[in-house]
Amino acid sequence: MDLYRAHVLVCGGTGCTSSGSAKLIERFEEQIAANGLDKEIKVVRTGCFGLCEAGPVVIIYPEGTFYSRVKVEDVDEIVTEHLLKGRKVQHLVYVDHKTHESSVQKSLAEIGFYKKQHRVALRNCGVIDPENIDEYIAFDGYQALGKALTEMTPEQVIDEILKSGLRGRGGAGFPTGKKWQFARASQAEHKYFVCNADEGDPGAFMDRSLLEGDPHAILEAMAIGGYAIGADEGWIYVRAEYPIAVKRLERAIEQAREYGLLGKNIFGTDFSFDIHIRLGAGAFVCGEETALMASIEGRRGEPRPKPPFPAVKGLFESPTNINNVETLGNVAQIILKGADWFRSIGTEKSTGTKVFALGGKINNTGLVEVPMGVPLRTIIEDIGGGIPNGKKFKAVQTGGPSGGCIPASLLDIPVEYDTLTSVGAMMGSGGMIVLDEDNCMVDIARFFLDFTVDESCGKCTPCRIGTRRMLEILQRITEGKGEEGDIEKLENLAENIKNSALCGLGQTAPNPVLSTIKFFRDEYEAHIKEKRCPAHHCQALLNYVITDKCRGCTLCARKCPVQAITGTVKEKHVIDTAKCIKCGQCMANCKFGAIIKD
Amino acid sequence: MPDNKEKYAQLQEAIARHKGERGAVMPVLQEAMNIFGYVPQDVQEMIAEGTGATLSEVYGVSTFYSQFSLEPKGEHVIGVCLGTACYVKGSQKVLDRLSEELKIEVGRTTKDGKFTLNATRCLGACGLAPVMMIGDEVYGRLTPDQVPEILAKY
Repeated sequence: MDLYRAHVLVCGGTGCTSSGSAKLIERFEEQIAANGLDKEIKVVRTGCFGLCEAGPVVIIYPEGTFYSRVKVEDVDEIVTEHLLKGRKVQHLVYVDHKTHESSVQKSLAEIGFYKKQHRVALRNCGVIDPENIDEYIAFDGYQALGKALTEMTPEQVIDEILKSGLRGRGGAGFPTGKKWQFARASQAEHKYFVCNADEGDPGAFMDRSLLEGDPHAILEAMAIGGYAIGADEGWIYVRAEYPIAVKRLERAIEQAREYGLLGKNIFGTDFSFDIHIRLGAGAFVCGEETALMASIEGRRGEPRPKPPFPAVKGLFESPTNINNVETLGNVAQIILKGADWFRSIGTEKSTGTKVFALGGKINNTGLVEVPMGVPLRTIIEDIGGGIPNGKKFKAVQTGGPSGGCIPASLLDIPVEYDTLTSVGAMMGSGGMIVLDEDNCMVDIARFFLDFTVDESCGKCTPCRIGTRRMLEILQRITEGKGEEGDIEKLENLAENIKNSALCGLGQTAPNPVLSTIKFFRDEYEAHIKEKRCPAHHCQALLNYVITDKCRGCTLCARKCPVQAITGTVKEKHVIDTAKCIKCGQCMANCKFGAIIKD
Repeated sequence: MPDNKEKYAQLQEAIARHKGERGAVMPVLQEAMNIFGYVPQDVQEMIAEGTGATLSEVYGVSTFYSQFSLEPKGEHVIGVCLGTACYVKGSQKVLDRLSEELKIEVGRTTKDGKFTLNATRCLGACGLAPVMMIGDEVYGRLTPDQVPEILAKY
């Protein structure tokens, strides 16, 4: 390997690629070559650094200087100043929103966003070149597989995972070791080990970032798991909407085969294992394990009742084990460092770390990994940097369409599987969407039901028809046509759907409604009884009002498309609410901020 | 249709490549989407014949997954992200504005065949919310007022 005096790491995750990082890499390579530095400085396209808000992100080592929102035009300056003359380009260096700390003085790990994080699953993301197996190997890659195959029996591998307390990161939190035990116990000629990378929750991109940033970690874990349960074939079912992840996985599989780390007689043992990729085609329900298997088999992705569980009868009728991407991201480290090390992170019943995708009304949008058990407040305020534009925090939504909303009063609860479930939310796969005072909770519930209705596969009646009825009621409420008794009807439907739907999608679909009713019942009541949306979000329930700030400039009256505004010049104008179509043109055009929503 | 001949040859080639593979219907349909942009009935018939599935199975799969379309799409496909992070940051307003500017409903194609307007699932670029894609180009941190300017580029 060549030695370089500096490395320029450019994030090649989806977020930064979307904001133009590919062009940055090209420009860096051109400029570095033009300055004759190409023997001394290496440009690396890495996986996600996590701080998507600041993208595209560039980090220069050995200093660890963190440049944010870099544009192609900035590259020349970074090359001539930083790389050639050794002077950091101050005005491009990332500055923390909240603490105003800049990475000119502090190292990356000391900045607010990173300080309280603990990276296990994401350990290599943003650190190595995911398309180069040698870099993965240099960071302990495939050592755990070697250890498992040559020093441990399959039972010992399962035992270690069991002892570590690792639970499924896809959301439900089932103990991974137990799952492996069940699959091992099934006797069959063929068994399958499947990786569920059908990350469908809106606002969740943990698995994608892991696949993009460290694909070999997933392959290694699958091989270890395959050895443990006695499988000879692996499948990765990944969303087609993740083209970068798919490309890197394909490449990683090729390289691993070349190195003999997949294929026949791995590490000279009699264990053989190979992995195939299957792309999804845009159906949320395929994240459910029985639906996922149907989809790999080339059928409509409809779930079936359990039992038989996949461990007994799964893919192509053979015993199958299915794990989520992030779950697998922890496996190699547990084998390498031991169950006790893993247990030392997190809490008694939720060991290790969890990756969250922070989004919505939060300053530091991005990917964070924290030890289980940290208070929700730490994630929102310290790592997330709080709410932008001086707005007030209202709730955080976890668990996507299966989860719930947690209000400000519960911000100090620890983030663990059982605690989150006990407040009516759930860990879920890790989407964390922050809502502020401008978001209407009834509308958020409606949004999720709209999603579920669209994604319901239609196989069972409670989900197909029940969720539609709930959506209709919610729509009515947000349109100002809510009736007395609607809340009770929603609760009643919710209970019935939870108890009778066939799969996890239907059983959890009512959660966003139930949790918003639980914590924000007053908002529902305001919509229904007073025909008022407290967040001023629902168009049909808005009233535009002209305040005393009005100077009588007549602009709003001229802009109003339905002539609902009257008044004489230099006198306060009035809106006729009966005529008003609530288009908001008046408010958008008023130069004095005299028009408000009521 | 002579210019389609090559496309059908490509499809046959794709079918041959997946011959004997279990669960081949989906990957072949995905290739057909790339070749034709949609999967008309004759394409479904060829796939059924080539993979040994029944036509009803192929039709069932084609209509189950949102990625497969039975109708041709516009030259530029616009996808506005309606994932949660984009939604709470106002992507619905961006979508409404597009629908107004293009004078089409969501899911439809303009009369001149230039644009198809879709609401998509989470694109995973939540840091740039609200986000839309036109073809492979990503537009982030959008406001409804930027819409006419962006459309004018096409």
